[in-house]
Amino acid sequence: MKELFHNLAQVTVIEDDPVVILGQQISLMWIVIGAALVIFMQAGFALVETGFCRAKHAVHVVSTNFAVFGLGFIGFFFIGFAFAFGGFSYSAFGMTAPVGKALIGSGDWIFLWQGGWALSGNAITPAVLGFFLYMVAFMDTTATIPTGSMAERWKWKSFVAWGLFCGAVYYPIIAAWTWGGGWLARTWSSMSLGAGYVDFAGSGVVHTVGGVAALTGAIVLGPRIGKFDKDGKARAMPGHHIPMAMIGSFILLFGWFGFNAASTFAATDVQFATAATNTAIAAAFGAITAMMWITRRTGKPDPAMMVNGMLGGLVAVTGACAFVAPWAAAVIGIVAGVLVIEAVFFIERKLKIDDPVGAIAVHGVCGVFGVLAVGIFANGSYGAGWNGSGSTGVSGIIKGDWGQLGAQALGAGVIIVVNGLLSYTFFKLQNKFTKGGIRSSAEDEIQGLDIPEMGVYAYPEFAGAR
Amino acid sequence: MKLITAIVKPFKLDEIKDALKAAGVNGITVTEARGFGRQGGHVETYRGAEYKVDLVPKVRLEILVDQAIADKVVNALVKAAGTGKIGDGKVWVTEVSRVVRIRTGEEGPEAI
Repeated sequence: MKELFHNLAQVTVIEDDPVVILGQQISLMWIVIGAALVIFMQAGFALVETGFCRAKHAVHVVSTNFAVFGLGFIGFFFIGFAFAFGGFSYSAFGMTAPVGKALIGSGDWIFLWQGGWALSGNAITPAVLGFFLYMVAFMDTTATIPTGSMAERWKWKSFVAWGLFCGAVYYPIIAAWTWGGGWLARTWSSMSLGAGYVDFAGSGVVHTVGGVAALTGAIVLGPRIGKFDKDGKARAMPGHHIPMAMIGSFILLFGWFGFNAASTFAATDVQFATAATNTAIAAAFGAITAMMWITRRTGKPDPAMMVNGMLGGLVAVTGACAFVAPWAAAVIGIVAGVLVIEAVFFIERKLKIDDPVGAIAVHGVCGVFGVLAVGIFANGSYGAGWNGSGSTGVSGIIKGDWGQLGAQALGAGVIIVVNGLLSYTFFKLQNKFTKGGIRSSAEDEIQGLDIPEMGVYAYPEFAGAR
Repeated sequence: MKLITAIVKPFKLDEIKDALKAAGVNGITVTEARGFGRQGGHVETYRGAEYKVDLVPKVRLEILVDQAIADKVVNALVKAAGTGKIGDGKVWVTEVSRVVRIRTGEEGPEAI
């Protein structure tokens, strides 16, 4: 029965049937609600990142989180959406035809799309606009990830260029390859790998892609002044507002239901309830596992690590949430809770990379794990015909199918290599051609970026906050 | 006239205030302060890295009193501020040569 309902949702055959049309209308509403929830995640990111930074940089950090919404949006509005989704259509919510066609490549090997530039032309219907709104919200999530790892030492004008670049080019590439029907999605045909590369709501497309930029950006900037002592030992730089960060992480959890559940693209596809519940399961297990793991490691339930644990669980379950059983969502959360803490330690202690909020561990490391988790835990009950394949349901190695894990490993590897090179080159070139580089002057950094860059203190009444 | 200055634990402030009033004090000035003493702070971890909390939050009290009640006030303050644990703070007394009440121009003990 479940399979039957599911197929009805995906393959709309009788287009003028009032019931089908009503289903499309409700599904479009579901997408717009999802978009609003995901956009609210920007508030969560702003609170988490600002809470984890020091008071003297608080205005700068919250402002990057604020402005990146519009910057990324503008890049995506003009060209990013066309690059990523010019060839996309999905009748379940009434987007019956794509707005454009292939720009680079053809058949199983499409690399970029075109059409609907700046949302103009006759093909722009309410369904397309609802879809755009949902997709631009995902892009903005990617765009705001590096603002955390690069916080407290990133020049404002350099950051502005990143926001536009992310929305216009950086994000749309993997989005085109994964969700737009590009070559990664077609690996079921070109390479006989499972249902092709599968990422339900963006462990790879959004989080790994953002996490990779967080990594390369932090490498190019270098650590904050005073982060490592002369022996190379990491020093703690405690965040100035832990309650703010924890509230932010709950806002992210709230928004994440839009991120994952609405990724069914259809209110008529009841698997949205599975996605929502699996999301909450991974968040709960991730947070509590991290609480126990950090207590074991350092003696206290460090609230910053509990936050990272919850977010790590969310990131990791995002790619698989519709394809796995509740027990698997719990396992994904548990693994992420340990992984995120060990990754923070490894990145800081071994690689000597300074990431004030743990963005690389949360989004990059847990993102890669989330991509692979599809190929491990998918139980075959959902995703028939995914990516246009003949799959009867996305199946991981627990169902004896190794092909899907192959597609997932390929996807993760492609993201690390392509986005790694792209973002590293971007930051390096920008650093070379920007007067004085993309990093703030030592003087500004020591004083705090709030006055030199933004002209206002976050907390003018408190002298000690500077 | 004497100026009594005390550095005490912040959570003791209310008790101290009541004890000072009972001892005949008319007014106090309170400042939030941070500092370290012989204890020298303690070590915590944040995101797995250790750091020293060496400037502990304290409250600084300044009390102007007449010579006659100075000892009584100090004794009351010490009694109210003490927990017997490390970090209880200090109190010291200094001589004050001149005091003026700004509103009226009164000087000396009248101005306290």
